[in-house]
Amino acid sequence: MDEKKTAWERLQLVHAKGRPTIRNYIPLIFSEFYEMHGDRLYGDDRAVVGGLARIDGIPVTVIAQVKGRDINENKNCNFAMPHPEGYRKALRLVKQAEKFHRPVICFIDTPGAFCGIAAEERGQGEAIARNIAEFMTLRTPIISIVLGEAGSGGALALGVCDELAMLENAEYSVVSPRGFASILWKDASREEEACNIMKITAEDMLRLGVAETVIKEPLGGAHNDLDKISENIKEYLSLKIREKLQKDIDELLKERYTKFRKIGEFTEQAGFE
Amino acid sequence: MGENMFDSFFSVVKKRFNGNNDDDSRETVKCPRCQSPVLLQKYEELHRVCPDCNYHGRLSSSERIEITFDEGSFAELDGNLISRNPIDFPEYPEKQEELRKNTGLNDAVVTGTAMIKGIKTVAGIMDSRYMMGSMGSVVGEKITRAFEYAVENQLPVILFTASGGARMQEGIVSLMQMAKTAGAVKRHSDAGGLYITVLTDPTTGGVTASFASLGDIIIAEPKVLIGFAGRRVIESTIRQRLPEDFQLAEFMQEHGFVDIIVERKKMRSTLSHLLKIHGYGEA
Repeated sequence: MDEKKTAWERLQLVHAKGRPTIRNYIPLIFSEFYEMHGDRLYGDDRAVVGGLARIDGIPVTVIAQVKGRDINENKNCNFAMPHPEGYRKALRLVKQAEKFHRPVICFIDTPGAFCGIAAEERGQGEAIARNIAEFMTLRTPIISIVLGEAGSGGALALGVCDELAMLENAEYSVVSPRGFASILWKDASREEEACNIMKITAEDMLRLGVAETVIKEPLGGAHNDLDKISENIKEYLSLKIREKLQKDIDELLKERYTKFRKIGEFTEQAGFE
Repeated sequence: MGENMFDSFFSVVKKRFNGNNDDDSRETVKCPRCQSPVLLQKYEELHRVCPDCNYHGRLSSSERIEITFDEGSFAELDGNLISRNPIDFPEYPEKQEELRKNTGLNDAVVTGTAMIKGIKTVAGIMDSRYMMGSMGSVVGEKITRAFEYAVENQLPVILFTASGGARMQEGIVSLMQMAKTAGAVKRHSDAGGLYITVLTDPTTGGVTASFASLGDIIIAEPKVLIGFAGRRVIESTIRQRLPEDFQLAEFMQEHGFVDIIVERKKMRSTLSHLLKIHGYGEA
């Protein structure tokens, strides 16, 4: 890993125009892809793409947050900020995956769940909570990969999994650095400083037990060699899916629960009772 | 934490509210919801419910325990957990030290077993005085342990939520508490346990997007704030003012996310009836 880059420099890289999105990756990682639309409740959220695919011959369900590559694409997919129906579409499709014993692959790439009137009216909080709880006991393997940025509960709604991988420059945070600076210091302009102390890089995620793997990016970043980064992602997924499919499902679910159960840093002081 | 810690906190609050002036009985407070002036004495007598608009104000966890559960029945669990500083955020330990001293709390939730009209429950009460009830490692761990304890002992869980969301100072570790707590709720649910959420002022952010929204029954107190995104964040995104009633309990009920709105004075009896309907406390 390129140790010299700061969290802020990596954030600039994942925000840069030309950073590959899920639309670039799908044809290079999967051999077939049938997109499935809608949550069967309200509508079809274009910030989340879902569908059926094959990887190395194995049928899988793919769920991904969609960033745009230009302003028109971004308007169309709401800058990868899902509404509740995006999360509910994801839930519908992963329940279907469970029924047909297909592994689930989630690609996370969002600044966060959308903050707006309609999102609140349709229960953004409930939609995220439901996904987190349901993914925890979904009886099929789940692998998640953070492609660029993973912001807040809107990312976690696709992030409860058996293993999480981060692309080398990708970042995962409780809130955007800008939001962090504005909440804690009442000064959004201290974004860069926030970014560098928040511990949001791939390496931080390994150390904090949030991610298990870092997928290496080509020199200078994923955009410099799309074929190579796609190959790296595909290699990782093929290996992990085969590995998880061989596991007893109850054992897998126990490990999934434990992965999250053990995150937290506290002491138990004696003599306090 | 023992009962006497609650007692000492109580006296601090009372002293601060009553002050030293002789004119106590005429001191007024402004309702945070409708802005009408209310006699402090009256407001306290009503357990901080506004007599004008019926807004149900914030209570400390000890006051909540006192008005909800059978006298002396609350037995705290895991009261000795203290948060560390997972992302080495500057001055986080000092800030906590100070809050522990000022509130008598060790973090933003108190959990334990408690009886309601003789029915045993696992209870969790969040306290907004401690870093706005935000969820970090300790809140996540205590809520998770409470549900695990309830599964082992086949008990129902009642949580009173009050939170601004994830604890920013713990970074990504606080976000992961959403997964940890929601996972524990799911296991309790799959084991057939009853979980009642009582949403109090305010319930927002990562707490709304995890255990607060997962109750079998979701109760809210009148006029409390419930939502995912904060009002200011939404206003700055959409560049317009939001209506007054946006994200209040009644609004959330209208949109299908709250089962019942229950007034504070009826909470205890409502909870006991709901427990009984599910077969708890019956011989």
